[in-house]
Amino acid sequence: MTRVLSMERAGRRYGTPPRRVIALDDVSLTVEAGEMLAIMGPSGSGKSTLLQLAGGLTRPTSGRVVLCGSELGTMGETGLALVLRRRVGFVFQDINLLAALTAAENVSLPLELDGVRPRQAMAAARALLSSLDLGDVASRLPAQLSGGQQQQVAVARAVIGGRSLLLADEPTGALDSLSGESVMRLLRAQSGNGCAVVLVTHNIRHAAWADRILCLRDGRLIDEVRPPGPETLLRRERV
Amino acid sequence: MSIRYSLLAILDAGPRHGYALKSEFEQATGNIWPLNVGQVYSTLSRLQRDGLVLVAEEDDGQKTYRISDAGRQELRQWFGTPVVREVVPRQELAIKLVFAMRAGPEQVRDVVQHQLGATMASLQEFTRLKATAEGDGDLAWLMMLDALIFQAEAEARWLELCEARLARLRPRPLTAPENAGAVRDVERTP
Repeated sequence: MTRVLSMERAGRRYGTPPRRVIALDDVSLTVEAGEMLAIMGPSGSGKSTLLQLAGGLTRPTSGRVVLCGSELGTMGETGLALVLRRRVGFVFQDINLLAALTAAENVSLPLELDGVRPRQAMAAARALLSSLDLGDVASRLPAQLSGGQQQQVAVARAVIGGRSLLLADEPTGALDSLSGESVMRLLRAQSGNGCAVVLVTHNIRHAAWADRILCLRDGRLIDEVRPPGPETLLRRERV
Repeated sequence: MSIRYSLLAILDAGPRHGYALKSEFEQATGNIWPLNVGQVYSTLSRLQRDGLVLVAEEDDGQKTYRISDAGRQELRQWFGTPVVREVVPRQELAIKLVFAMRAGPEQVRDVVQHQLGATMASLQEFTRLKATAEGDGDLAWLMMLDALIFQAEAEARWLELCEARLARLRPRPLTAPENAGAVRDVERTP
């Protein structure tokens, strides 16, 4: 298996004593290609900080964060920006599609920003949307899509160009049960395509889509749930 | 759980042999409720007694069961009646927590943590089954899995709440259980 992300005793503090806040403390974890990891924990437990460290949006104040072999904490700004642009995709609860652009144009944007010719980028975006069963919405504006469809387009935008790591922060937080499920199915499919997926969520049902579930409390990892053994709880005989 | 109405519902789709009823029931419910042949036949004979099911014996001695008009009416009534929830379900887990509390918060924390891990693992398992079920387009099975998923979720959320309540408990100086009453009395004196 290919290791996409590793955090080694990573920590993140803000401020100086006596007003120091430890957002994340001594967290070690690894995520392999094709693996989906869910992070759960109460508000303020450090979930979002963990995601920001994993995606290079903030640097650790202790320990190391290594993404596809590059240590993010010690890289220069330009190198870091390049690694992040090529390797990492983000999905947030606030969907943030550009309202004036169609779904396909939104999806093509990261490729264009990376120097791909517009026509080629659009072709890639349309092909990706079709492969995700979103071909029908490619020419529509975000306002013409349901919340679930918008978030699915946002997932497509986050993975276009073949990213190694997909980071999702409460991607289903604003969606109803069925739309949330369709987004989860899409995220799960990305890990099936070899992407490493890290999902932060409050939703226990959605965390259960992951291969492993990590629980954070007060900035520390306290527990890990691994998938059940080969024996299944339910077995179904097909006629 | 109502075997009686489930059998009527299967027969509503057409006549069946007794054994076919058993396997169809188990298939429809994903073997969550295994049914033994004895239960099937004793239920069928009660249904026959009440005039809800009619029986025809074939030449080879096998019996075919068919739903009667009264049986259909009974079935419609079942579909139209909400299921009554037990006010206080006798949940083993709730009882375990109540008694663990006597041994102290540490014991409860232990029970909660172990159970939460196990519940989350079942939730993962159900979710995985659902991911495959979706491809098969079997809506009844999918909804059955949804029910299991939401029940497991409810349990996990309750356990998380228990955990949060325990975390709020201020650690108190340890006292031997036999002194606990005395200490409390002292605390109460102004």
